[in-house]
Amino acid sequence: MKKTYKLIDLDCANCALKMEHAINRISGIEAASVSFMQQKMTIDFSDGADVDKIMGEVVHVIHKVEPDCEVIL
Amino acid sequence: MTKKQKKSLLRIVLSASLFLAGLVVRLLCPELLSGWPQIVLFIAAWALCGYPVIFEATQNLFHGQIFDENFLMTLATAGAIALKDFPEAAGVMIFFQIGELFESIAVHRSRKSISALMDLRPDFATVLENGAEVRKQPEEVQLGDILLVRPGERIPVDGKVLEGTSALDTSKITGESVPRQVAAGDSVLSGCVNGSGVLKLEAQSSYEASTVAKILELIESSSEQKAPAERMISRFARFYTPAVVIGAVLLALLPPLLVSGAWSEWIRRALTFLVISCPCALVISVPLSYFGGMGAASKLGVVVKGGTVLDQLSKAKITVFDKTGTLTTGEFAVQEIHPAAISQDELLTLAASAEVYSTHPVAQAIRNACSGAPIHPETTNEIPGCGIEAIISGRKILAGNAKLMQQNGICVPELPQTGTLVYLAGDGVYLGAITVGDCVRDGMPDTLAQLKAHGIRKNVMLTGDIRETAACVARTLALDDYAAELLPQNKVAKLQQLLAEENDGTVLFAGDGVNDAPVLALADVGIAMGGVGSDAAVEAADVVFLNDDISKLPRLLKLAGKTKRIARQNILFALLVKAVVLCLGALGYAPMWLAVFADVGVAVIAILNAVRTMRVQ
Repeated sequence: MKKTYKLIDLDCANCALKMEHAINRISGIEAASVSFMQQKMTIDFSDGADVDKIMGEVVHVIHKVEPDCEVIL
Repeated sequence: MTKKQKKSLLRIVLSASLFLAGLVVRLLCPELLSGWPQIVLFIAAWALCGYPVIFEATQNLFHGQIFDENFLMTLATAGAIALKDFPEAAGVMIFFQIGELFESIAVHRSRKSISALMDLRPDFATVLENGAEVRKQPEEVQLGDILLVRPGERIPVDGKVLEGTSALDTSKITGESVPRQVAAGDSVLSGCVNGSGVLKLEAQSSYEASTVAKILELIESSSEQKAPAERMISRFARFYTPAVVIGAVLLALLPPLLVSGAWSEWIRRALTFLVISCPCALVISVPLSYFGGMGAASKLGVVVKGGTVLDQLSKAKITVFDKTGTLTTGEFAVQEIHPAAISQDELLTLAASAEVYSTHPVAQAIRNACSGAPIHPETTNEIPGCGIEAIISGRKILAGNAKLMQQNGICVPELPQTGTLVYLAGDGVYLGAITVGDCVRDGMPDTLAQLKAHGIRKNVMLTGDIRETAACVARTLALDDYAAELLPQNKVAKLQQLLAEENDGTVLFAGDGVNDAPVLALADVGIAMGGVGSDAAVEAADVVFLNDDISKLPRLLKLAGKTKRIARQNILFALLVKAVVLCLGALGYAPMWLAVFADVGVAVIAILNAVRTMRVQ
């Protein structure tokens, strides 16, 4: 299942890459891509994944890389 | 400028004034060279300008992000302070922030202008309810609602014009730059911008099912497939920063320990390394190049699903076309007239008269081609699968295929079977024949020639149509190869052969999508023609032409090549400058401000270069 989320104040392209790398390691995520240019991320969840729980982890990882960056859930 | 950028500008101006004041103090009172006034001024400038950087660095340090741009920048300038290079520390921080600001502005601008190219979301819908205007979200529009669209507004859902006339700007939806005139009874597509007049529409689709929603969904999902260059950069970025930082540590420690020399000198050199440790220029400019390329494609009315598709397009060597609707218009028209004993006009008028009541596409084509008024027949009798028997001005006219002629004992000459042949006979005497066929698109030979000029080795046609017709089209267009009478599974097999044959380049397939989903998916680049009509085709394709104008393909290939070239230039440029400055830094020839230039200056230049992809002729 694919979902797209908007990112606000994603200010650094390198951070976007770091986030992408870190998000891809979260279990329950098949593939994730963070687009600095479009300020959004696309996450492909595994079947039967607990989206809310995973998104909690995703937000945590994003804040670790860029504290100002906000995810529109 | 955004609020954040304005704040940053203000900070830069204030700290630059402090910095200048520090320099003035230094010049006017050299006796205070090591005195506290100028030190205070420089450190104040450094702190004022750099506090967001320093703050974020501390925060990230607690998150375990030591290879963070902010942290490394803070470390480098703090190091300069420790070495008592106060002006250097402040100057470099200010210069760095100026660069960052430029970078941010450049990214914002280009993001905005590229997004504008792809933006076609209708903001609202004005629904007429019992004569009152109600403003709603496009999603809330119900089938059959009456909508009001004023000039300058976007049509929220697909619909039919009830009242009013206007010229629609359809460029974002179809890529067609000439405005389309619409009046009552015409269908209009959502996403088009109303030009001159007020229109009253009847909603014929929900927002989710409308053209604009489908196109937006397509664009939204388009950024996931990253080009090889983008993936390469993201791998590179992961090891670049740690490598440079390790290089800096070694540079600071090894020479003083192993050879000799002042610690301060080598630490100073190591600090310049830290400043160049961000791969930002690469990380921003390469995806931006591809993003710009996709924006430029949407200007042509073409949706490209991701950077990797542009990359594949730039390597195209074989183009494969479906015939009907792609190379040809898909509409029947009279192609040739073979009269016997009577004139061409007479033959055409007679045929049109006999077929005057028929709804068959062939009959319509003949009627369209006839310039004179048809004579209404006294009686007509349609013989299924054969043609028509009509009495016109007392004569018995037969119009139909060879079977009809045979049944009536009429001898017909051998004629080239380039389309559907309609034979005519009057009172048992053969009068001539008319060839009706699918017309080759205007400008098609030119398009194919341009493709050749862009490095396409072979233009191939695959069609389910009969051999004679296919041969005729192939001849007209001077195609390199064709295969006819193919069922969908045969098309797949044929395409597999072509894919196996082409090792270096890629194989494109362009078709109008009907029954073509398997081939579209199989080709290196599948191009679906004619908009978002067939969901399966749009899903399977990599490129969607929002109109059916294949003549844009050469421009798309050119654009793809340009995008790839610019991405490559940016990679080379950034790597080269960084390598040179790293070498100079290690040798002690690169002052810290040069390192800042190698970092943010290069990023700004690369961004400006990347934005060039957006421009298409």
